[in-house]
Amino acid sequence: MGEKIDPNLWSDGPQPQLMGGKLPSGQIVFPMPVGDAAQGVEPHKLSRRGTLWSWTSQGFLPKEPYEGPGSGPGEGPPDFQPFLIGYVELPGEVIVESRIVDARLEDLHLGMELEFCVVPFNARYDTFAFRPVAAAESQAA
Amino acid sequence: MSENVYIIGAGIHPFGRTDGRSGREQGVYAVREALGDAGLEWPDIECAYGGSAAAGNADIMVNELGLTSLPFTNVANGCATGGSALAASQQAIASGMYDLALAVGFDKHPRGAFNAKPADYGLPEWYGQTGMMLTTQFFALKIQRYMQLHGISRTTLGRVAEKAFRNGTITPHAWRRSPVDLDTIMNAPMINDPLTKYMFCSPAEGAVALILASEKKMRELGADGVKIRAVSVKTRPPNSFEVFQASISIEEGGKPTVLASKAAFEKAGIGPEDISVAQLQDTESGAEIMHMAENGFCKDGEQEEWLANGWTEIGGGKLPVNTDGGCLACGEPIGASGLRQVYENVTQLRGRAGERQVPEKNGRKVRFGYSHVYGAPGLSGVAILERE
Repeated sequence: MGEKIDPNLWSDGPQPQLMGGKLPSGQIVFPMPVGDAAQGVEPHKLSRRGTLWSWTSQGFLPKEPYEGPGSGPGEGPPDFQPFLIGYVELPGEVIVESRIVDARLEDLHLGMELEFCVVPFNARYDTFAFRPVAAAESQAA
Repeated sequence: MSENVYIIGAGIHPFGRTDGRSGREQGVYAVREALGDAGLEWPDIECAYGGSAAAGNADIMVNELGLTSLPFTNVANGCATGGSALAASQQAIASGMYDLALAVGFDKHPRGAFNAKPADYGLPEWYGQTGMMLTTQFFALKIQRYMQLHGISRTTLGRVAEKAFRNGTITPHAWRRSPVDLDTIMNAPMINDPLTKYMFCSPAEGAVALILASEKKMRELGADGVKIRAVSVKTRPPNSFEVFQASISIEEGGKPTVLASKAAFEKAGIGPEDISVAQLQDTESGAEIMHMAENGFCKDGEQEEWLANGWTEIGGGKLPVNTDGGCLACGEPIGASGLRQVYENVTQLRGRAGERQVPEKNGRKVRFGYSHVYGAPGLSGVAILERE
């Protein structure tokens, strides 16, 4: 396990959860606001299960501040690893933007059931992602 | 009651790549073109508004144009820089304070996708570090869901790009002047699914200047003016879905484009069916499709039929859209892009668009031109022009 890419992004423990915030109005937001914007906002652990709201693929190496494969010293586009990204609707809470892992582009569809996970990002950091529930269950078996 | 405002001069520096000429120099070029078009000299201009996103402050242009002591306000409003400059100069004249104003936008971006900084948009660093700080992803995520919900095909995305490049071939100020066929567009490398390389516009260079006048001044000069019927700039309402958002509300919110469009139509006292030609923000193919509906020109999903039938082509029967090839063929110099749309409508309404001129329809002259720009962090600008 690497370091968390942001120490406050998800909770620790065997069943980590993304950290959102609950506004005084009851609305759930993600990520948990910081600084003055956090006043009156209660930290709120988000659901580990959700459904796919939209998705896309990232087919080219992002410029800085990207720190994934291909961005390091002496690296370039040939070192880039394309990835999937999407919005995941956490029922009754909020729709969060996330990497989608353990899935192929052609398998993705609206409403697909997904589960939260923590994945290696680069040599130093882990980041968060969602993966198909079916993939999560087959890995557990 | 405010004064009527007219655009009496329009100038453009060709879009694309111009090595050896800075963004601001392109701006100065466009201002001189606009002055020439209006039959004016620089000292005639009473106030100015302008800006760029990546090519420096606009007010420094007085070094080249002349130190006439006019008030020159720099505008820095992202993709809406041009729209905001137009709105400010329109207000300056409508208020009765000035008779002649300049709106100018220019830019010069490095090659490749824009790289925005998370902190500039109130986002945590991890958002950029992990590769989410990309405008192209937002466009793909928005059209992907839209296609699923409203039955838009990938071919329709391709047709939008094909039309843009076709219109670019007959537009002197366009960057991409060669046609690209549908197969090439569809089979090009995928950038962000479902959008291929040819379905995205690229950051570029270019400049546009417009000279605005009061009705009294226009008549005094005997200038060829196009009336500004309405200008509306709106920022996002609660719970909307915009570029650079780590999360979206589960309550579906409004859209800044819908708000700006409705406000502009209301001010103008006309409806979408009255528009003869439209320039809609097309940073990529999907944006043009969604913006057709968000601006009220068709219902969600009808774009499939519109594009299949060529109804948005020049002379296509319903509503010519992006007659100069839009952002797809012209590229996107952020500060100039919104004003390019207005420039194109001025050119069309004056009947000076040459090969790409929109024809009269059923004996009805080309009377109303509509332009729409959208940008981060969720704002839209709409302008409706009228040929009286």
